[in-house]
Amino acid sequence: MIDFIQMLINGVAVGSSYALLGIAMVIIYKTSEVPNFAQGEMALISTYVAYMLLEQYQFPSYMAFPLSLVFAVVLGCVLEFTVLRRAKAPSVLGMIIITIGLEMILMGLVSWKFGAEQKSMPFPISPYDSVMFGDFFVSTLEILTLVVALCAMIVLFLFFRYSRLGMAMKATQQNPVAARIMGIRTRRILMATWGISSLVGASAGLLISPVIMQPYMMWDPMLKGFAAAVMGGMTSLPGAVFGAYLLGIIENLFGGYISIEFKSVVAFVVIVLMLCIRPSGLFARHYVKKV
Amino acid sequence: MNPLLEIRNIETYYDLIYAIRGASLTVMEGSVTAILGNNGAGKSTILKTLMGLIEDQPDKGSILFEGQSIDGRDTEDIVRRGISYVPEGREVFEELSVRENLLMGAYVRRDRDGIRQDFERVYDYFPILANRTHQWAGTLSGGEQQMLAIGRALMSRPKLLCLDEPSLGLSPLLVKEIFRIITQINTEGVTILLVEQNARMALNIADMGLILENGRFVMKGSSQELLNDPNVKEFYLGMQDESSAKGYQRWKRKRRWR
Ligand SMILES: Nc1ncnc2c1ncn2[C@@H]1O[C@H](COP(=O)(O)OP(=O)(O)OP(=O)(O)O)[C@@H](O)[C@H]1O
Ligand SMILES: [Mg+2]
Repeated sequence: MIDFIQMLINGVAVGSSYALLGIAMVIIYKTSEVPNFAQGEMALISTYVAYMLLEQYQFPSYMAFPLSLVFAVVLGCVLEFTVLRRAKAPSVLGMIIITIGLEMILMGLVSWKFGAEQKSMPFPISPYDSVMFGDFFVSTLEILTLVVALCAMIVLFLFFRYSRLGMAMKATQQNPVAARIMGIRTRRILMATWGISSLVGASAGLLISPVIMQPYMMWDPMLKGFAAAVMGGMTSLPGAVFGAYLLGIIENLFGGYISIEFKSVVAFVVIVLMLCIRPSGLFARHYVKKV
Repeated sequence: MNPLLEIRNIETYYDLIYAIRGASLTVMEGSVTAILGNNGAGKSTILKTLMGLIEDQPDKGSILFEGQSIDGRDTEDIVRRGISYVPEGREVFEELSVRENLLMGAYVRRDRDGIRQDFERVYDYFPILANRTHQWAGTLSGGEQQMLAIGRALMSRPKLLCLDEPSLGLSPLLVKEIFRIITQINTEGVTILLVEQNARMALNIADMGLILENGRFVMKGSSQELLNDPNVKEFYLGMQDESSAKGYQRWKRKRRWR
């Protein structure tokens, strides 16, 4: 029983970073209608910027981390403006290829500039510190990740619910032509969604970096985040969050009780099953359009 | 009265399809102007060209609003000058509430008090919407969505309101109601450009009417003139009192003179 609860806790802990990446992908998918496979590498490069600021330029961490997040926002906007917007009347397949190309370029850039070996991020919290709750261990880094994920969710919820920009983003996602008729500058909105999404993804990258930091660090979490988003129906933020935690928990239980080797494959088994049973995802609440 | 909108000899292509073949139109400030025509005549295309929704169009010609050229500008800027557009088929934001749809209508404005007043005004015009403020727009009936689309267009306090077939798919009673409200909006100072299939209803509330065929205006005149014109009677109002083959020949002949 203690094992079981410990596994649940670990599942939730790892689910938080999946959730952040899943949210990041959903935000872009809803406006650009493309799964952004460069999401992980956009976070990667932002994380390395933080590393560079800390190690090479000796910035204090209270400056380096916010600056790297600012960099993430700018990066998202710039990529949208310089690369994706240039694609004229793109097909979905074309857009996917573009994001995969971006992913490889960004990854290559990081490997070339920083080398492929494991780096140690001077993160203020060590990944080995942990807190005991009764019989259970939780690392402080995991707690921080959970807190960041929850804050991001709350802020995004309030943003989309009550702010003018958030509402304009939803309007643009639902009907871009009608949004333009309202005077919404939809191209800027698109750029802003890339910026916000990049920010959310980068926060996941920073939180992963104390444990593993090399050019492939985002590959696995990004695919898991994508998997979580697919489970949630790809267009639902709560769906992606739910999918992420579910995935984290299933993965850990599977690793604990069945096979540790196949632990990370289980995510994809879950997705295949999911897509067979409910292709529109768990949270597809889009009602059918009246004709 | 001054002209609020002047469209001069515009030509619009959809790639290779030549949809508007030189059309001119003047809308006087404070008036209701109706564009009539059969399916595929190009009525919606004229409004879309005006709103800047067709990329790189009009190909030729110019569009002046309050004396300033607006052709080739972005839709977002055209809206900010004071033109509102209710597209064919409503196009409400389906997963936003009625209230949020109206808020988006006021997106170009910053004056909170004015926006609040206009909420009241729209709910006065369409009391049904007031009962549905928190419902998703996609779950409204077609008629309610049409009311919402008109209300949303009013929220920007336009000088010119363009309506594309507001009567489409509505019950006769509701059509009457919508047209009554359009008249009321007009008397409160909004100039109206109306595209309609329902020629009789449109001419009843309009000051001026134009008839569009194959991308050209073939007839212009006051509503009275059009209502009394034998050809309009036969082909747009559906009143037949002579053999229609003959009438059609005459109509064609007449058109060739222009
Ligand atoms: N997106 C488009 N691409 C290509 N051709 C188009 C497009 N939209 C309209 N057309 C063509 O342009 C012509 C005019 O269309 P338009 O929609 O303006 O007609 P309409 O007068 O509004 O008709 P209706 O009364 O049926 O709405 C038609 O021949 C139509 O086939
Ligand atoms: Mg039309």
